[in-house]
Amino acid sequence: MFHWLEKNPFLFSVGVFIVIAFAGLVEILPDFAKASRPIVGLKPYTVLQLAGKEVYKKDNCIACHSQLIRPFKAETDRYGKYSLSGEYAYDRPFLWGSKRTGPDLHRVGNYRTPEWHANHMWDPKSVVPASIMPAYKHQFKNIADLETAYAEAVTVKKVFNTPYGDDIQPGKAAFEKYYKEKALPEALKIAKEMKNKEVLAQVQQGKIPEIVALIAYLERLK
Amino acid sequence: MQSSAALEYDYSVAKLYMWTAVIFGIVGMTIGVLIASQLAFPELNYLFGEYGTFSRLRPLHTNVVIYGFTVSGIFASFYYAAPRVLKVSLGESKLLKGLGYLQFGLYLIAATFLVISLAMGITASKEYAQMEWPLDVLIVVIWVLWGIIMFGLIGMRREKALYISMWYYIATFLGVAMLYLFNNMEVPTVFFSGGLGHWYHSVSMYAGTNDALVQWWWGHNAVAFVFTVPIIAIIYYFLPKESGQAVYSYKLSLLSFWGLMFVYLWAGGHHLLWSTVPDWMQTMGSVFSVVLILPSWGSAINMLLTMKGEWNQLTENPLIKFMVLASTFYMLSTLEGPIQAVKSVNAIAHFTDWIPGHVHDGVLGWVAFMIFASMMHAAPRVFKREIYSKSLLEAQFWIQTTGVVLYFTSMWIAGITQGMMWRAVDEYGNLMYSFIDTVSVLHPYYTIRAIGGLLYLIGVFMFAYNFFMTATAGRKLEQEPQFRSPMA
Repeated sequence: MFHWLEKNPFLFSVGVFIVIAFAGLVEILPDFAKASRPIVGLKPYTVLQLAGKEVYKKDNCIACHSQLIRPFKAETDRYGKYSLSGEYAYDRPFLWGSKRTGPDLHRVGNYRTPEWHANHMWDPKSVVPASIMPAYKHQFKNIADLETAYAEAVTVKKVFNTPYGDDIQPGKAAFEKYYKEKALPEALKIAKEMKNKEVLAQVQQGKIPEIVALIAYLERLK
Repeated sequence: MQSSAALEYDYSVAKLYMWTAVIFGIVGMTIGVLIASQLAFPELNYLFGEYGTFSRLRPLHTNVVIYGFTVSGIFASFYYAAPRVLKVSLGESKLLKGLGYLQFGLYLIAATFLVISLAMGITASKEYAQMEWPLDVLIVVIWVLWGIIMFGLIGMRREKALYISMWYYIATFLGVAMLYLFNNMEVPTVFFSGGLGHWYHSVSMYAGTNDALVQWWWGHNAVAFVFTVPIIAIIYYFLPKESGQAVYSYKLSLLSFWGLMFVYLWAGGHHLLWSTVPDWMQTMGSVFSVVLILPSWGSAINMLLTMKGEWNQLTENPLIKFMVLASTFYMLSTLEGPIQAVKSVNAIAHFTDWIPGHVHDGVLGWVAFMIFASMMHAAPRVFKREIYSKSLLEAQFWIQTTGVVLYFTSMWIAGITQGMMWRAVDEYGNLMYSFIDTVSVLHPYYTIRAIGGLLYLIGVFMFAYNFFMTATAGRKLEQEPQFRSPMA
């Protein structure tokens, strides 16, 4: 029946490719323009928050925590309003996760304080005694990579028209100006709320530990 | 040119991939047992400081097992079986053989950098596509080289019609190429920011819901084109060869091949049920997942019926045991998947341990069993030695089977318990449990899972020892065995 096709590797391969590509065309293309529109009032991440997002990715919080509240009563009771597509318009990549070994974090900024986050990352058992989460003490020592985060902001502004202000410009000088005038004050505010003296001292010296950036990002999730 | 009757096959590249499969199998599955144990005993998180936390090791486990062990096993089977069904040796073309070495070398470099970068936390964060853009480029090169070698061999073939296994290898090549390219579309930030930040950093081309769509279109179909399609290629060659039986039905293999190709890619949407992707797409993912049972069971039944009238081999030959049980696990897994893709079931199953449970009955019971069996079938032909120990192979089979059963049963119970507890409400409509209650209740199941994983790992060590001894100390064979592999 199909013997002739099996003797023509080229036609065979073309046939296979068409058959497998078909589903992707139908499912993915139609929705592309529509789904990425931001909800009203959504602002892009600040550079400090982007740096925090990098920490979230680096220490792979996504392995245990989701950022997607499904439209069930049990979930909205537990975590808050269910998630909408437009809330993720500036998420590159998306961080929904696929497994909840710990709770969902999509609206964690609504019900946890910077101080709670700091204690939680230093020693999870101090705030949740039965927690099986490892401690992330190294985040208090490692310095956040704001330059890469800034590079990301510049890139998405240029390539995807993400609405950043004029303070986001390419080049080393623009970054240093932004760092001093915008990122440091933002970090200082978080560090004060964390109530950790060493972290505060670091930020006052002009260095931002990973934990400060991470909390800036988590605070933004609401 | 050699005459096809006296064809000497060149196994140089196949051998290399066999050894990397053994090594990455041990490494990847050891990390797997460690992270499974960390969930039951969190103190184990601090063995290697920052680099030893569950979160860092988890992608290391998945990537080493998928791209290290499984892909090595697939390439090993390809470089062994494809020349045989095409009746052409890799050694007949200096160019293709050279490219084979090059492909292996680049593969090893990519795998090494993947391990280092993940341990350091350098990640694009998309599951099973964590590599940053420089590694992505390298992987594309490796893949293209494989394509050149495959079509090169096909061009030189002496067998006119392509055997079923070749259909599946071609599909693997095309499917992964398409999916990988589209999912890994990234914008390197270094080119747009005036050289700021790390040069390897990138931003995804897609945002939010679109990114999720593309990611799970890849994520699900990577399962198709890494865990299903090439493994079917393996069973279609190695089971008939080992048992000396012809494939049961040509029509069934046609039907299941084209059915699988057409249906599989629709099903990715089932990873995004109840999320913010459009409803019609969720429904499509759900429906096609159920339809997927047909082509999947088609191949599995075709394989099982290949043993028709020869079931006695099952009691005598451990390799047949591995392959027949693998087919059965494939049926189990492809029934379980569609059940989880039903929207109401998914509401409970999603985000729970039932999902890793499902993945593991597939990968441990189907994928890894087939890779072990194919490598052991190939070993006497490649090394021209008898398999070192039949009783070790028997013991491995039973220990690993026990391991898989402990793994998936504990995870079924854990997942359903977790899902039910999350949604439980009291008579006033208030949530009955806080999240941490659902974590504590899982402790015994996490412990059982770790034990199951450990048993499986012990089996991997037995396999590695048996394989090594076969290659070095097995009794020399005068001539190549026709069907059943000789074992001491």
